[in-house]
Amino acid sequence: MEHAIEVRALRKSYGKLEVLKGVDLEVERGSIVALLGSNGAGKTTVVRILGTLLKPDAGTASVNGFDVVAEPARVRASISLTGQFAAVDEILTGRENLVLIAKLRRVPKPQAVAVGLLARFGLTDAGGRPVSTYSGGMRRRLDIAMSLIGDPPVIFLDEPTTGLDPEARLDVWKVIQELAGGGTTVLLTTQYLDEAEKLADRIAILHEGTIIVSGTLAELRGLLPPAKVEYVERQPTLEEIFLATVGRKESR
Amino acid sequence: MTTHAVNDTSVLLGRSIKHVTRSLDTIITVTIMPIAFLLLFRYVFGGAIQAGTDNYVNYLMPGILLIAIASGVSYTGFRLFNDMRNGIFERFNSMPIARSSVLWGHVLTSLVSNGISAVVIVGTGLIIGFRSSAGVLAWLAVTGILALFTLALTWLAVLAGLTASTPDGASAFSYPLVFLPFVSSAFVPTATMPGPVRAFAENQPVTSIVDSIRALLDRQPVGGDIWIALAWCAGVCVVAYALALIAYRRRIS
Repeated sequence: MEHAIEVRALRKSYGKLEVLKGVDLEVERGSIVALLGSNGAGKTTVVRILGTLLKPDAGTASVNGFDVVAEPARVRASISLTGQFAAVDEILTGRENLVLIAKLRRVPKPQAVAVGLLARFGLTDAGGRPVSTYSGGMRRRLDIAMSLIGDPPVIFLDEPTTGLDPEARLDVWKVIQELAGGGTTVLLTTQYLDEAEKLADRIAILHEGTIIVSGTLAELRGLLPPAKVEYVERQPTLEEIFLATVGRKESR
Repeated sequence: MTTHAVNDTSVLLGRSIKHVTRSLDTIITVTIMPIAFLLLFRYVFGGAIQAGTDNYVNYLMPGILLIAIASGVSYTGFRLFNDMRNGIFERFNSMPIARSSVLWGHVLTSLVSNGISAVVIVGTGLIIGFRSSAGVLAWLAVTGILALFTLALTWLAVLAGLTASTPDGASAFSYPLVFLPFVSSAFVPTATMPGPVRAFAENQPVTSIVDSIRALLDRQPVGGDIWIALAWCAGVCVVAYALALIAYRRRIS
């Protein structure tokens, strides 16, 4: 069976700076793959090429069976791209943002779609307010909600939780897991190791322009010497303390 | 694809119009400056200016409208720049929509909002003595010239918005355009100007546009001016449109 995403020997330079030096990547349908790498590793460049926003210098890339260079319109009809920074309209309300995208995707009953997504993302109360009044977490949830309209089979999430507080981060994780549960293919980039560990079926590490390792978490663990048993007193992480102290507020 | 382009453009036009109606200050700033000039020239400088006319407000009106449009289009560059900066531009460009609609939504919004400010300015003019005996056809011709002028300057604004690196840069291009009517026949007859200034004034686009509109509103024969005016507007429009498309392609690939 063909993969939802196939990347072969992808290269891209900005002037003299060679960002991608032959990237190979396969993503199975319905799986979550995390592209892990430090800042400037080229994760965003990969996503932008797959999202038809950038043309590769060499190599091929296909999404949902369509070549990103030869059939960009078909690729765009198959995907949703959520960029590194929430791409929402600040002047419109949350509901209007959703209706806007629904109309552009020519989805039937845009108003009903918007109401449904607002409820699903805990934004019903905020739906009538301009987005400029939203917190970072609310913007991100709206951003992701906008990406789900029209049920695209493949979703790219570029650093979906960067800059979010721990609670908002957990909200976003929950959404991503639900997506993959519904059969959507998700390629997400992240610089957080725990995020990749928590969400991804497979992890690919992008380093200095190539994928240096790729596999399931178990396979990646297998690359290291076998685990030794050590006794370590387990202190709660700061995140656990934070969440326990502030309590999980369900609606903000 | 054409039906998509129409649907997408109208959806994006609706969005952009909301931006205008929710920031009424932009319409007010765009309208207040030309109205201030109108009052200034009518009640302060006007008495000392020999324009060879018994109704100086009529004489002023075309130039004031051009100033309003020249400053109004700068908001198009600003809005487009903001779209690119906050990522929504990329969202649109990664969606299955007609790509041209992303620009046309802004351009049509500019026509609508400048149309509104033109109506407000003409309304103010009526209060302080602007009168025209022009018929429907002449008014249609005036509207057409102003629309073409707006379209030409709006594509310049799109070009500025696409290529600017700061929000100020995206709107600063309009300052010289706002200044252009002052060195034209908009406020005083060009015959009063010294040689080189006069040569510039008589051969820059604003003079032919102002003279054509003035003649239409006064039921005078327009002569060849209107063709020069239309040629300027169409020429600027085509060149700016072509350059804007090149800048757009560069931005999205």
